[in-house]
Amino acid sequence: MTPPQRQRRSPQEDPPPQPAQDKKEAERPNPERLYVVAGADGNRADLDLVTLIVASVEDPPHSATPEQAALLRLCAAPLSVAELSAYLSLPFGVVTVLLTDMLAAELVQARAPIVRKALPDRSLLEAVMHGLQRL
Amino acid sequence: MDFKGSETIPGPRTEDQLPHTAEAAAKIVIVGGFGVGKTTMVGSVSEIKPLTTEETMTQAGVGVDDNFGSASKTATTVAMDFGRIKITEQLVLYLFGTPGQERFWFLWNGLFEGALGAVVLVDTRRLEVSFDVMGRLEERGVPFVVAVNTFPDAPRYPVADLRTALDLSEDVPIMDCDVRRRASSRDVLITLMRFLHSLAMTGSRT
Ligand SMILES: Nc1nc2c(ncn2[C@@H]2O[C@H](COP(=O)(O)OP(=O)(O)OP(=O)(O)O)[C@@H](O)[C@H]2O)c(=O)[nH]1
Ligand SMILES: [Mg+2]
Repeated sequence: MTPPQRQRRSPQEDPPPQPAQDKKEAERPNPERLYVVAGADGNRADLDLVTLIVASVEDPPHSATPEQAALLRLCAAPLSVAELSAYLSLPFGVVTVLLTDMLAAELVQARAPIVRKALPDRSLLEAVMHGLQRL
Repeated sequence: MDFKGSETIPGPRTEDQLPHTAEAAAKIVIVGGFGVGKTTMVGSVSEIKPLTTEETMTQAGVGVDDNFGSASKTATTVAMDFGRIKITEQLVLYLFGTPGQERFWFLWNGLFEGALGAVVLVDTRRLEVSFDVMGRLEERGVPFVVAVNTFPDAPRYPVADLRTALDLSEDVPIMDCDVRRRASSRDVLITLMRFLHSLAMTGSRT
C-alpha cells in the first residue's frame, strides 16, 4: 500500500513579522477602545500568548473595573496572557485590551516571551531538554 | 455572557502557581489535521489541567468582536487548548494544540512566528489531513518534527516510505508515538528540542 504524496513548500519571501515584544509604555488609555476592538488597533500592547503578567499592586484601585480587579487577583503570581484568557473565559484579544490599559496604569508588569530567533539559543534549548527529561 | 464578580473567578490551584522568579516563557505548537490527537497530547504532557483560550472572529475574518460577547451577530469562536510545563524556576514552556484550519492562526498574535518549533501529528489512515499544515510551517520557516500517532487499525509504513510520501528532508525527525502516554509525548518534545539544537549548531535554517 502506498501512502498519499505530499509536496514540500519553500519559505515565503517575506520574513515573518517581528515576534511580539512587550511595549510597556502603551499609549494613553482610550476608554472608547473596549467597544471598537479590531485586529488592527495600533494602540494595543503587543502581547504574546505567553507573555507573563504579574501584578504590581496588591489591591485594585477604586477606579478598577471588575475585569481589571479579576485580572489583578489572578496575576498575583506570574501568569501568561493565555491563562488569563482561559480563567476569565474572555477572548485573547479582549484580555490584551484590558492589559494594555493596566500596563499603562502600571497596575501590572509584563515579562516578554522567549521567541524563536534566526540563530536559536542553545543553552535555552538544553535547559528545556533537561526540564523535559524530568517529566 | 455577563461578567461575574471577580471573587467568583477561579484561578490556578495554589500548587499550579508559578514562582515569582518565573522570568519568561517559550511556546511550542502541536498541529495536525482533525482528530489526530493534538488535545490528547497537550493533556498528557501538561503539568496543569489543560486550559482553553478562545478568540472571536467576525464573518469577514478581520474584526474581533468584543463587548464581552454580548453583540456577536456573525461571530465565530475558535478555541485552542494548551498546557504548561515548568522547566526551571525561571523558565516556563507552554504547549498549544492549534486548530488545523490555518485560516484561524492569525487570530493569535505571534503564535507561529514566536514558537520555538512545532510537532506535526499524523495519522497514517489519513496522512493527507496534516499535509497543509506542514506546508504552512515550511512557508513560515517554523522547524518541526513529525510524530506518527499510532492508532491500532492504522497502516504501518517504513519511515523511509513516510519520509518520501511527506517529502521531508533527511534531517527532519519522524517518530512513532502514542499521544495518550506522557512518556511518549515527552519523548516527541525532547526530539523536537534536539532537532532545534542541531539546527542551532549548523545554522542551517532561519
Ligand atoms: N487508539 C488511540 N486513540 C487515540 C490516540 N490519540 C488520540 N486518540 C483518540 O482519538 C480521538 C481524537 O483525539 P484528540 O486528541 O481529540 O484529537 P485532536 O487532534 O485534538 O482533534 P481536533 O481538535 O478535533 O482536531 C480521541 O477520541 C482520542 O481519545 C491514540 O494514540 N490511540
Ligand atoms: Mg482538539
